[in-house]
Amino acid sequence: MTFNRNLKNIFLVVFTTLILSACSTAKKSGDMDGDVYTGKETVKYLASGVPDRVFFATNKSSLTTASRATLRKQATYLRKNKKLNVTIEGHADERGTREYNLALGERRANAARDYLMTYGISGKRISTISYGKEKPVNPASSPLAWSQNRRSVTVKVN
Amino acid sequence: MKKIFLALTIYFISLNSSYALIEVDITRGNLDPLPIAVSPLHVDIKSTEHEGIKVKELGANISSIIERNFKNTGLFNPLKKEAFVQKPDIAHLKPRFEDWRLIKAQALVTGKILVKDGKLKVEFRLWDLTAAKEMTALAFTTTPTNWRRVAHIISDKIYERLTGEEGYFDTRIIYVAESGPKDQRVKKLGIMDQDGANTKYLTLGNELVLTPRFNPTNQMVTYLSYFRNMPRVYLLDIETGVQEVVGNFPGMTFAPRFSPDGKKIIMSFAEDGNSDIYTMDLETRVVERITNHSSIDTSPSFSPDGKFIVFNSDRSGLQQIYVMRSDGSSVKRITFGNGIYGTPVWSPRGDLIAFTKVRKGRFYIGVMRTDGSGERLLTENFYQEAPSWSPNGRVLVFYRETKAGSKGEGFSASLWSIDITGYNERKLTTKTDASDPSWSSLLSK
Repeated sequence: MTFNRNLKNIFLVVFTTLILSACSTAKKSGDMDGDVYTGKETVKYLASGVPDRVFFATNKSSLTTASRATLRKQATYLRKNKKLNVTIEGHADERGTREYNLALGERRANAARDYLMTYGISGKRISTISYGKEKPVNPASSPLAWSQNRRSVTVKVN
Repeated sequence: MKKIFLALTIYFISLNSSYALIEVDITRGNLDPLPIAVSPLHVDIKSTEHEGIKVKELGANISSIIERNFKNTGLFNPLKKEAFVQKPDIAHLKPRFEDWRLIKAQALVTGKILVKDGKLKVEFRLWDLTAAKEMTALAFTTTPTNWRRVAHIISDKIYERLTGEEGYFDTRIIYVAESGPKDQRVKKLGIMDQDGANTKYLTLGNELVLTPRFNPTNQMVTYLSYFRNMPRVYLLDIETGVQEVVGNFPGMTFAPRFSPDGKKIIMSFAEDGNSDIYTMDLETRVVERITNHSSIDTSPSFSPDGKFIVFNSDRSGLQQIYVMRSDGSSVKRITFGNGIYGTPVWSPRGDLIAFTKVRKGRFYIGVMRTDGSGERLLTENFYQEAPSWSPNGRVLVFYRETKAGSKGEGFSASLWSIDITGYNERKLTTKTDASDPSWSSLLSK
């Protein structure tokens, strides 16, 4: 009886630990929040402290809080450098159909463009292009790679 | 009186069955393929040499192409030639049916060819060995360099006679030929015969090209090109090599297909980030907007009568398949199953829609009726999409990509086909990695 109760307790502890660790891998494992990439591994910089890219959740083109912060930095930088024009490249991961991903990449690029425009950057200075799933920055087939590939990247054109 | 009528009916039925010729049922997966003997075509001794062609071996070469076509259908079992009981020329005149039946053949193909004065004369016969009858015979003349097509045309005629359906052997497949590492792929338009022979490349690989599709007469191709880094739908004349951009859109156009009469191209145009469906008349250059919705609308495909369009939209929140009239009215969602749906393509017979489905991280190719009922998933894989129909609506070709390692190693893309019965899944032979296949209609029609 006592043995049984002990066993039960051990199970309970082991079980709770498993649940907790499972949660932590799903929610915030290293460089991901949900399935949005939050790390710096693939990020380049337009200038010191101005990251060139923002990341998206699967099938989504909405901007996260972190993405908006990044884009505000880009807007500030573009306001200071009035002659600079940019292209925003929209990308998708490899887990969707090619044609839908082209549309999704376009939507992501435009989400970033629209946000820059609300911060006073003229739309004439920002062109967009979608590459769909055609240009992965990380060629691996893993959730981490896919999160790094769901991105829009601001590239200087002059 | 009734009794007499009954007796008559029975008489007719039995009369019918005793004369019934062999048939192959292609509506189900065929686990018992029809044993067929394809005799090498007899090469007439009056044949003369023709530049670049091994005339003496031509009869045997044509028959092996026919055999391979038949084997690949999964419906036929071509028998080994070592067991053949008669010489090709004698069998072609009249086979000794009982001898051929001994090697368990149920059908026999015989023929002869003559190469003379720069012409290739072909005749062939299909024999029902059980009923001891000739089922079909045909003779035609062509140029000797067309000898592979001769084999495909014969295959089509025999397939048609035995299954009651049009064949799909004298056809080509246009696709994207891929090479290089996964994050630096070089992509070109490739075109080949349905059996993988006669591969040619239509672009050089300097710019990214995607999703080529034939027009109904197979002379034109519409596709997406990133020429000058501006993704636009293009039109290419295969014979002349002349290319032109389709329309004058101020943004990305993609996902093109021809209308069934070949007069229009239907595609997506992304305006300020939002993709809607448009058509452009190739003659009048008139552009029509078909959808106007804040969601993504893409992958449009016409019904064969041109009255309806099936397309992909995420207006419900996730990718689903919708059908509308060709003017954009009466939009109706047809997929409601678990998972998301993409790449709908209307069957050339009009009865089915093929699609890609993604569920729990797995990719499926499936078919359903045009109202979305009767969904059947044919094949499951890590990644596969973009089905394209054989001209007779019996087979789908699609592409698959493999899972890559941490540096992109182990990645490949290849073409596959599967019968709509879900049987006979098969990898197609391509010279390079390949994706985005599109099947032509019959070339000889």
